[in-house]
Amino acid sequence: MDQVMSNKKVIALYVLPSLLLILGIVYIPILLTGYYGLNEWNGIGAMKFIGLDNYQALIQDSKFWNSAWHSLLLAVFSGLSLILYLIVAMVVSARIKGANLFRKIYLIPMLLSSVAIAQLWLRMYNPTNGIINSFLVSLGVSDPPAWLAEPSLVLFAIFIPIIWQYAGFYILIYYSALKNIPTSLEEAAKIDGANAMQIAWKIKLPLIMEVIKVTIVLSVVGSLKYFDLIYVMTGGGPNGASEVMASYMYIEAFKSYNFGYGSAIGFFLLIICLVVTWIIRKLTATKETIQYS
Amino acid sequence: MISSTPSQLNRKVNHSGSGAAKKMGYSLLYLILIMVAVFQLFPLVWLFFFSLKNNQEVFNLPPLSLPMNPHWENYAKVWGAGNIDIYFLNSVWITITATVFTVVLGSLVTFAITRMKWKGSSFVLGLFMVAMMIPVHSTLIPLFNIFNKIGLNDHPLSLVLTYTAFNMPITIMILLGFYYALPKEVEEASVIDGCNVNRMFFRIVLPMTSSVIATTAIINMIYNWNEFIFVNTFISSNEYKTLTVGVQNFIGQYTTDWGAIGATLMISILPILIAYLFLSDRIVEGIAAGSVKG
Repeated sequence: MDQVMSNKKVIALYVLPSLLLILGIVYIPILLTGYYGLNEWNGIGAMKFIGLDNYQALIQDSKFWNSAWHSLLLAVFSGLSLILYLIVAMVVSARIKGANLFRKIYLIPMLLSSVAIAQLWLRMYNPTNGIINSFLVSLGVSDPPAWLAEPSLVLFAIFIPIIWQYAGFYILIYYSALKNIPTSLEEAAKIDGANAMQIAWKIKLPLIMEVIKVTIVLSVVGSLKYFDLIYVMTGGGPNGASEVMASYMYIEAFKSYNFGYGSAIGFFLLIICLVVTWIIRKLTATKETIQYS
Repeated sequence: MISSTPSQLNRKVNHSGSGAAKKMGYSLLYLILIMVAVFQLFPLVWLFFFSLKNNQEVFNLPPLSLPMNPHWENYAKVWGAGNIDIYFLNSVWITITATVFTVVLGSLVTFAITRMKWKGSSFVLGLFMVAMMIPVHSTLIPLFNIFNKIGLNDHPLSLVLTYTAFNMPITIMILLGFYYALPKEVEEASVIDGCNVNRMFFRIVLPMTSSVIATTAIINMIYNWNEFIFVNTFISSNEYKTLTVGVQNFIGQYTTDWGAIGATLMISILPILIAYLFLSDRIVEGIAAGSVKG
């Protein structure tokens, strides 16, 4: 038996194709990104090794810090919106009729491509005949804003479709976690006289803490590398007001042909994502895991 | 009260307070849920409406008015023009090919990691799991350069390879739990019957995992169908573009014809919506399984 299950040839045959693929498509490119970042390179000609110059330039690049600030804002927004999702998930998971249907409806936007979502919301935000301003006008607002052309509003305007897109995803995750809590716990608390709020706050919340931590990491890291929707909706504009790290990297590399500099941004992005993941995990590490079975 | 059965008693204890308050509480809950549902569905309904209108109707009628004489020809118009049909077929075959590769390769790896004995299995698993935290954007420039050098830029294989690699971690993650739970007796019995590993895997284990394979396949298809940045970066000729990028370009050229834009967007999201209509349980289960275990 052991002999059969430790057949080296078979193991190599089963593992190597995928392993080579992930090394070649993910890990080697990551290392190369770090290396390209040390070069001046327009993507076509020869690379010129310049050491840490790109990284130094990056630190002094106000446009980059602007984009990093926007990414951070999105991460904070997304982290905060988790509270909203959690509340809705608590409501959906209360034993009420139609919970399944609601949960399924909420998930629909998550299934669509960011391009379709971005294009759809571009029309929603259209200043003259988009649904949002049409609605505002019908409410009596005489001069509704041009949402995506307004530097002070554009980030908030982009954040609404992001909430729209991911609501169902996080509600689903919380819902699944809440459903895993044995009903006996809740019933025992009720007999002890706890009300719905107390049960939610003191029993359900601590029990799904692990899942909440995962969602915090997912949403924060997800926001840091957010790209598609912003790229399609505003291209980072107006005047960089909605530029984020990934879109700045993309524009530097594939539009301005600063591949070396773009790589430095890409590598920075990677480091930030890994560090932030690590910090969140550390901050939210539990000393003991709660067991219920 | 005194004659209450235990279950009735329970219910009274559960919701201390009068029936009216309870009813109001429930109405409030439903109100919240319905409002969220409207927020989630409303943009899509509006999209469907304007996909059936012509510009005059889009601009002059109230936005939520039903299309009076629906312009289905909007759909016929965009399907024939602007290569949408080509993009659609590209999306279909690239999505399916990458999904098959991911699921087959992922199953092989997961089997080797969970059921077979070898040093380094946990390290290899770690490599796949860490890859999940790596932003695709950080790999984009080198991948572009590598594909350029080996002649894969503007070649659909570049998409199949990247989709397969980047979906591998989540696929393995969903499969893992299922494979760990497979009873060992199955393997023992098949070895006693004289099966070799290949036969055991393909004839016995793989069929046993068909339900989780279906789940991972659906998740893969959704991701592949919607992928944007790789197509946008690697593919330049129209004959290889997929629907996400194709839609983007098409709309760029016809910014003023709202009916055509609506129809194009509807075409790009309809396959997913139809699949969701029939497979929602599987999709929900797959998304939940793939995300929480991390």
